[in-house]
Amino acid sequence: MIEEVVSVELPVHERLVVRKNRLMNKEENHSAPRISIVTGTHGDELDGQLICYEIIRRIEREKDKLKGIVDIYPDINPLGIDTGSRGIPMFDLDMNRVFPGDNNGAMAEYVAAGIIEDIIGSDLCIDIHSSNIFVNEMPQVRINDDTQEKLLPYAKMMNAQFVWIYSSITVLDATLAYSLNHLGVPTLVTEMGVGNRITPKYCRDIVDGIFNLMSHMGIWDDEPKDVNDPIISTEGEVTFLTAKESGIFVSAVDSMGRIGIGTHIGDIIEPIEGRIIQRIESPTDGIIFTLRENPVVHKGALIARVYGGR
Amino acid sequence: MKKEIIYSLKGIYREDYQIEGYRFGGGEKSACIVGALRGNEIQQLYICSQLVKALKELEAHGAISHNHEILVIPSVNRFSMNVGKRFWPTDNSDINRAFPGDINGDTTKQIAGTLFDRIKGYSYGIHFASFYMPGDFIPHVKMMDTGFQSASLANLFGLQYVVIRKPKPMDTVTLNYNWQMNGTNAFSIYTNSTDMIDEKSARQAVSSVLRFLTRMGILKYNNHSGYIASVINEFDLMAVKTYDAGFYKRLKEPGDPVYHGELIAQILDPCEGTVKSEIISQTDGIVFFAHTGPTVMGNQVVYKIIRRMHE
Repeated sequence: MIEEVVSVELPVHERLVVRKNRLMNKEENHSAPRISIVTGTHGDELDGQLICYEIIRRIEREKDKLKGIVDIYPDINPLGIDTGSRGIPMFDLDMNRVFPGDNNGAMAEYVAAGIIEDIIGSDLCIDIHSSNIFVNEMPQVRINDDTQEKLLPYAKMMNAQFVWIYSSITVLDATLAYSLNHLGVPTLVTEMGVGNRITPKYCRDIVDGIFNLMSHMGIWDDEPKDVNDPIISTEGEVTFLTAKESGIFVSAVDSMGRIGIGTHIGDIIEPIEGRIIQRIESPTDGIIFTLRENPVVHKGALIARVYGGR
Repeated sequence: MKKEIIYSLKGIYREDYQIEGYRFGGGEKSACIVGALRGNEIQQLYICSQLVKALKELEAHGAISHNHEILVIPSVNRFSMNVGKRFWPTDNSDINRAFPGDINGDTTKQIAGTLFDRIKGYSYGIHFASFYMPGDFIPHVKMMDTGFQSASLANLFGLQYVVIRKPKPMDTVTLNYNWQMNGTNAFSIYTNSTDMIDEKSARQAVSSVLRFLTRMGILKYNNHSGYIASVINEFDLMAVKTYDAGFYKRLKEPGDPVYHGELIAQILDPCEGTVKSEIISQTDGIVFFAHTGPTVMGNQVVYKIIRRMHE
């Protein structure tokens, strides 16, 4: 059943409405296990749209297997998705920097508070992201090191190729995932693909992972799926490769995945002088799980993240 | 005065991006003043330009005390300002949400990190800030409630109000917060304009900084002693919200007194022109913040009122 989570009246006879679709069988009661699938925080991240569609389609196809509550929030920043903008139009701050929100704050904070209030009570939340328009990400689950004990078992069930456990830094305090984790709702973040694009293969992998997770949680009455055994970042080391100078990045690799030490990843070129500014090579044997998509780079711009052994 | 380049970034299709600093006096790192971190902070840049002008004259007359250095950085974001954008032009990220920065991080984190490395360690840090909600304020000094803040120092600016803000998670990556956590007494000064120059409040801001520097013994200068500030907690301000959306008729200005039961705003239907709702003050007090703009959304904060405060 599609329900309104929070709404705001816009100036000229229109409302901003954040919706969710609650899937449950009539015989289930509200104390049944509950999972929330949230996406659309950033309007340029679109893989979550296909994932929501596919989860709902599969559940509706075999509804008798549903033994709990699945809440799907496909568009928590509906105006962002509709206008093709990453943030909330008319509000300049990143929506994933205003959680847990504030009922007496700006519109985005009010909406954020309404979303948090609605999700609280879930047994697990999955926050689905698609990077941004600058870098492409291999399907991965990201968790903070202070929540890894609780979240890593769930993360391993997600059929991702990589689980990145990273240390808490202050900028994460205002994200949906951080807020929910600290309000008692275990929350995983998935990242995949690149902004303004849908990568169906990645979406299907994550959907399989979510069904696997739901089987383990007793929400989906089916055999758990055979999923990827992901690489866990703490078993090795993540290296960030960044632009040393501004220029145009030209990739030398076709896709992400396994890479050997010294492999040519790409060059940063200076078009007007016809020269290479920086040649980028893999510093290690391992996997590239993040790769630059947008060629225009300023000094410091992320080119690739490579995971390798210590 | 010595001009220095604090950070430089090679432009690809435009001239290089630079952060310029203007250094006065010498010796102990006494005060650092930062202006526009965002591309729309015209007023904040203007205030700094007037401050640089004033300090140049004062330095020429020997008015900077011995062993005190003052650094003024009028603009951290000219790449955005020159193309009419608020945030970093390539990825739309906010430099004032990137502190303490990372010199090995992404572009804006490198900018914030290099800048922060240069400006930490000063005894006093002053940032001319703009608010994330569109509106006008009574000019005031704001400090984050980090446990290191000193309202009595903030009082020395001689502005009418000192506001203590309990930091929200999103504040922990601002310049003010990180300055304070790093041992600098940090103050944000808000005037009642951002995108446009408001000459009166800009003058007030410049005077308040000169007054503060004089009182801290950094300048030898004689100016009016200003106000003895009222210290208020931001949390105690009463937020007045709209019920309906539509055209917004603001009936009170920042600094105006309001009375319980008084009409303070109207919302009109955007197509029919009729009054959809009226906003009535629920308290006696003084308007501290007032929304600007011809329209409002439903459930939007349009005023913040200092309760039970009288002129």
